[in-house]
Amino acid sequence: MKIILFGCGKIGSTIISTLVSEGHNIVAIDKSQETISEITNIYDIMGICGNGVDCAVMTEAGISSADLFIAVTGSDELNMLSCFLARRMGAQHTIARIRTPEYNDEDLAFLKNELDLSATLNPELLAAHEIFDILHFPSAIKVETFSNRSLKIIDFIIKENSPFKDMSLSQIRQKYQASFLICNVMRNDEVYIPDGNFVLRVGDRIGITATNTEFMKFLKFSSISQKPVKSVMMLGAGKITYYLAKLLIQSGVKVKIIDKDKERCIEFSNMIPEATMIYGDGMNKEVLFEEGLENTDAFIALTGNDEQNILISFTTVDKVQTVIAKVNHHALATTAEKLGLDRVISSKSATASVISRYARALENSKGSNVEKLYKLVDGKAEVLEFNVLNDFKYTAIPLKEMQLKKNILVAGIIRGRKSIIPSGADKIMPGDKVIVVASGIILSDLTDIIA
Amino acid sequence: MNKKLVFHVIGKLLCAVSLMLIAPMIVSIIYTEQSWWSFGVTAVISLALGILLLKITKGFSRVIYAKEGFAIVSLSWITVSLIGSLPFIISKEIPSFADAFFESVSGYTTTGASILNNVEKLSHGMLFWRSFNHWIGGMGVLVFMLAFVSSITDRSIHILRAEMPGPIVGKLAPRSKDTSKVLYIIYIVLTVSQIVMLCCGDMNLFESIIHSFGTAGTGGFGIKSDSIASYSSYSQWVITAFMFIFGINFNVFYLFILKRFKAAIKSSELAVYTLITVFSIIIISFDISHLFNNLSDTIRTSAFQVVSITTTTGFSSVDFNLWPSLSKSILTVLMFIGACAGSTAGGFKMSRVVIVFKMISNEIKKMIHPRSVSTVKFEGKDVDENTQRSVTSYFAIYFVCILIIFMLISLEPFDFETNFTATVSCFNNVGPGMSAVGPMSSYAEYSVFSKILLSFAMLLGRLEIFPILIAFIPSTWRKR
Repeated sequence: MKIILFGCGKIGSTIISTLVSEGHNIVAIDKSQETISEITNIYDIMGICGNGVDCAVMTEAGISSADLFIAVTGSDELNMLSCFLARRMGAQHTIARIRTPEYNDEDLAFLKNELDLSATLNPELLAAHEIFDILHFPSAIKVETFSNRSLKIIDFIIKENSPFKDMSLSQIRQKYQASFLICNVMRNDEVYIPDGNFVLRVGDRIGITATNTEFMKFLKFSSISQKPVKSVMMLGAGKITYYLAKLLIQSGVKVKIIDKDKERCIEFSNMIPEATMIYGDGMNKEVLFEEGLENTDAFIALTGNDEQNILISFTTVDKVQTVIAKVNHHALATTAEKLGLDRVISSKSATASVISRYARALENSKGSNVEKLYKLVDGKAEVLEFNVLNDFKYTAIPLKEMQLKKNILVAGIIRGRKSIIPSGADKIMPGDKVIVVASGIILSDLTDIIA
Repeated sequence: MNKKLVFHVIGKLLCAVSLMLIAPMIVSIIYTEQSWWSFGVTAVISLALGILLLKITKGFSRVIYAKEGFAIVSLSWITVSLIGSLPFIISKEIPSFADAFFESVSGYTTTGASILNNVEKLSHGMLFWRSFNHWIGGMGVLVFMLAFVSSITDRSIHILRAEMPGPIVGKLAPRSKDTSKVLYIIYIVLTVSQIVMLCCGDMNLFESIIHSFGTAGTGGFGIKSDSIASYSSYSQWVITAFMFIFGINFNVFYLFILKRFKAAIKSSELAVYTLITVFSIIIISFDISHLFNNLSDTIRTSAFQVVSITTTTGFSSVDFNLWPSLSKSILTVLMFIGACAGSTAGGFKMSRVVIVFKMISNEIKKMIHPRSVSTVKFEGKDVDENTQRSVTSYFAIYFVCILIIFMLISLEPFDFETNFTATVSCFNNVGPGMSAVGPMSSYAEYSVFSKILLSFAMLLGRLEIFPILIAFIPSTWRKR
């Protein structure tokens, strides 16, 4: 597919890296010659230095034959205008990053409609949702929802005191008689899709699928305490903070926001009067303790500075049940995770996976029948949703008798309104939706899972 | 330095070369010549070496930077030149190594300089092989690889940039592979149309193919000692037109395919190229008019020689060595300038000439109005400082290299004109020089040392110096 991308900042380059690896033809536009030459050195794409609202630049990029135009510059207005122009000049679909809260209310639908946008992107809102999901399962590292939230993959780390350590998956299944499925294991930066003989070790990061009741069972077995989050302290009054505070307040959680900019504090207290605004330097421990750090259930570092977020999270990690840090820089994020900071959120990767899901969905109409795609553990594994069509040859065969490829797992079957966490005896039937976890393989059709 | 990947690419290239050798082998077999087996032997050697390299370099990392690109390109060119010389040596048609290497380098770099006094003696297979090298080398050996062999690295832009001549190398399509494919498709279409047009004249199929290969790569190997002189004026005009076409930046053709005619015609490089060519044709026509009886002969001959030299092809329809010195001087200057960047031609390139002149005029303006601010514009865009710096440094190193090689060649017992034009002609991938290396004579008289030196001059000129220099600097290969 031909995709034109305007704006090669942090979000832009993450999107490029994901889309290139999926084999799309990409033309990148940016105002800075330096950024363009840097990005064309790394990725096999065409770069054009210029303004995406300039018709000549758009023509040079070949806008009339583009399947998708994505605008992710820092300015919402520029994004909207360039998308509008792109659509008029012949691009099939357009996506604009719109992140200012003022645009992201009821008017968004109107804007989207009038500008003929296929989708809008709000990285900060995506990140807020991601954090919100984690706060629902405070002991989880990450929560991903699929298939309209009827199925979840929740990530945990096998700790020293876990009853699952040094057990193989089939042993766990026998012992607990529970129908949860471990669909991916990350060990030393490598991702495995485990089979029954796989033995879990301390330090493994596992992703589990189950229905909500089964999750509760799992948490009971694994002796993980599950105290619901009632109060949250947030550091830094940025856009993520705004969206997250709104979400939390709606679900009855007490929110406290600390920022060292007085103007910003006043602005926020006007926008979200339900939240407690604290004017003070969050890097000062005194301020945090004064505001009752030890009595909050979750601490979230959301300042604009990655390093600050990491450092302050380390100092609070043993005093608060759940600590989440926003780290945009990929290398810093992996280092922080290695050093023991479990929950690191980046607005970039969430956005990139939304875009690549969108691109795959567009390609569906061109032959591949992947319904939806999600990325797990930094894109090292993928979750794909397939519709089972009538011509699928392997229906009504128990899963254990199907010869699946390595590093592939059927993680869920959605039949009507029921979601099934499959065991070896379950079968795929026509009309089902099948959720597949795969690592290191690009699947475009359900038959691709058969060896 | 990612040595494994560098040698992996060369391994793949050797395998590709062994496939290419099948083409001249078939020609030899068609003409029932003895030399077919020498291509077979070379193909086997090349394939064996290639597979060996691929085996050794298993498990390479796919990440490369600019220096790997330079190293890949220069080592690849040296490798293919060495392999390309083997058929000449094995078949004993050109028994000496220095001669065979010179001929092979001259083929790949599209120079067209020969050490053969009597070209007619070569077998059809060998003639085809020389010209086929022109054709492959014209667009680039590695561009060929990128287009038709599975991609090895995501950062192949570094290879493309190192091999494609010109100050600014842009992509035509988002992916390097597609860019190379587009280039080769344009190239193939133009070549085939030339073959068809020549076949309509007084050339047979074999002659048409050989001369089309020579024109397409702007090489200049023919099948006769007097080059094109004995062919009809129709064939000469066709070749003149196609030489001019192959000297145009291929981006222009791509714009035509995209139906963006305005943008294509607006190209300032094309305008300068056309102006210089037409202007030179007019002056030379006046200068040589006393040698011919009628106007059409005068213009045809002058146009043929001017286009042939400025596109660095090196075909000739008369012995321009016998022309007045004004004409000879103009031709020598044209050797330096060359044709457009992004074409198959050699030389300093029109685009660089334009940029250098604009920089000079800016500099003069700055001396008169010291506080004035001005930018250099080319093709409607600002030329950024990096490009300006690379153009000026290329300008400097270009003349330094030519002077050094000229000094070394001057050890030979030939006159000034011979040595100077031999150096300039080889460095700019033209082919014939003046005086003793004129269009009707050859480089046979030079010593082994000079032949090797001139071979390197051709490689330096074709790859625009820096890749070769970088590959031969030890610190490129050192581990930190």
